[in-house]
Amino acid sequence: MINPLFNKHVISVGDMTRDELELIVKTASSLKQDPQPTLLKEKVIASCFFEASTRTRLSFETAIQRLGGTVIGFDNAGNTSLAKKGETLADSVSVISSYADAFVMRHPQEGSARLASEFSNIPVINGGDGSNQHPTQTLLDLFSIYETQGSLDNLNIAFVGDLKYGRTVHSLAQALAKFTGCRFHFISPSALAMPDYICAELEEQGIDFSVHGTIEEVIPSIDILYMTRVQKERFDETEYQHMKASYILTAAVLEGAKENLKVLHPLPRVDEITTDVDKTPYAYYFQQAENGVYAREALLALVLNETI
Amino acid sequence: MKDTKMQVEAICNGYVIDHIPAGQGVKILRLFNLTDTNQRVTVGFNLPANKGTSKDLIKVENTQISKSQANQLALLAPDATVNEIQDFDVINKHKLSLPDEVENVFPCPNSNCITHGEPVNSLFKIRKVKEQIALKCKYCEKTFTKELVTAQV
Repeated sequence: MINPLFNKHVISVGDMTRDELELIVKTASSLKQDPQPTLLKEKVIASCFFEASTRTRLSFETAIQRLGGTVIGFDNAGNTSLAKKGETLADSVSVISSYADAFVMRHPQEGSARLASEFSNIPVINGGDGSNQHPTQTLLDLFSIYETQGSLDNLNIAFVGDLKYGRTVHSLAQALAKFTGCRFHFISPSALAMPDYICAELEEQGIDFSVHGTIEEVIPSIDILYMTRVQKERFDETEYQHMKASYILTAAVLEGAKENLKVLHPLPRVDEITTDVDKTPYAYYFQQAENGVYAREALLALVLNETI
Repeated sequence: MKDTKMQVEAICNGYVIDHIPAGQGVKILRLFNLTDTNQRVTVGFNLPANKGTSKDLIKVENTQISKSQANQLALLAPDATVNEIQDFDVINKHKLSLPDEVENVFPCPNSNCITHGEPVNSLFKIRKVKEQIALKCKYCEKTFTKELVTAQV
């Protein structure tokens, strides 16, 4: 049977079904345990990063090479016809898609990956389009949750930090809403609260969620603590100093946590998780970053192979 | 003597968009390219309507309009009616209902959306959230209020 992701574009978490998400997570798990160095043999993947990226680009390129594929592309748009000669993204995509078997892209404008999918003859994988979507981050988050909890259903998940602008929390909440019985706890300064339109979507889907003032309030009941950074520049100095302590995770805050609790963070962190947390059994953010390779391996393998 | 003269001449065949809020008629002509035709288009602005209010009106001759095309007007003129005319008779009276999506009418309010400067049409999915009409851009996936989207044109 042909896998449902074969030859498909991966643009937005909203486009993906629960079954597709589960397939990717389970494939990532099996590739982590049992590497398959020839799954992308003779495949050429265009890795086109129109803006800077560290983890996403390197983990994509690692994933491609670990599966035996080859990479073409660029890591900034500065030397492309798009920047130098005013070519449209649509034309750039039409040309690049005639060279390769799949097209991985990051671009600073929202909607760029959707547009690319309309001009590409090959599957487009969105590595981040402006402040909009970053579906492969969500996939590695889901994989890390599945790996540590054994399921994606019936989990208590706390999201902490910048819930207004953070695309990772929006996408992860939307993805977990496709599973059964998950409950969300939102902890953020009021100026950076989860946007109304996401809360309205969650309400429509019948997802239970609540808003809290501090991390301590929810620690005893949660399975996943998803931390993000509150950016200093969004506040004046006094205001920032006053409220930042509520959104910083220290080892002491984790006292009383459930044994299975894992702390995730999309990284980079600045000071929102103190380094004493790294040594606790709850810290999982570096393994989570490593899981980016397996999640991206799984996605590429499924998109480029009818069956695996 | 009763004045029976019509304010805008009746048409034989075509369609009439009536009860457009005064001031929105020009926007509708422009946004929906209604003047992009060789057929006669008659417009009336600030015509007297019920209870001392005023309205705009547009008549397009020898042209058909589908229900889904008519519904595209609902964002700007939700109370407008679209009448199909044949041999001077109204053969169909469309009461507008909110369409599922609107394409190539309004630009995306997000200035960083890829639709600005690339060869694609804007497209918004429309839904009601708590009695508010929300439009979600197909490309940047941002959600906007109807007022924000329609105010730009």
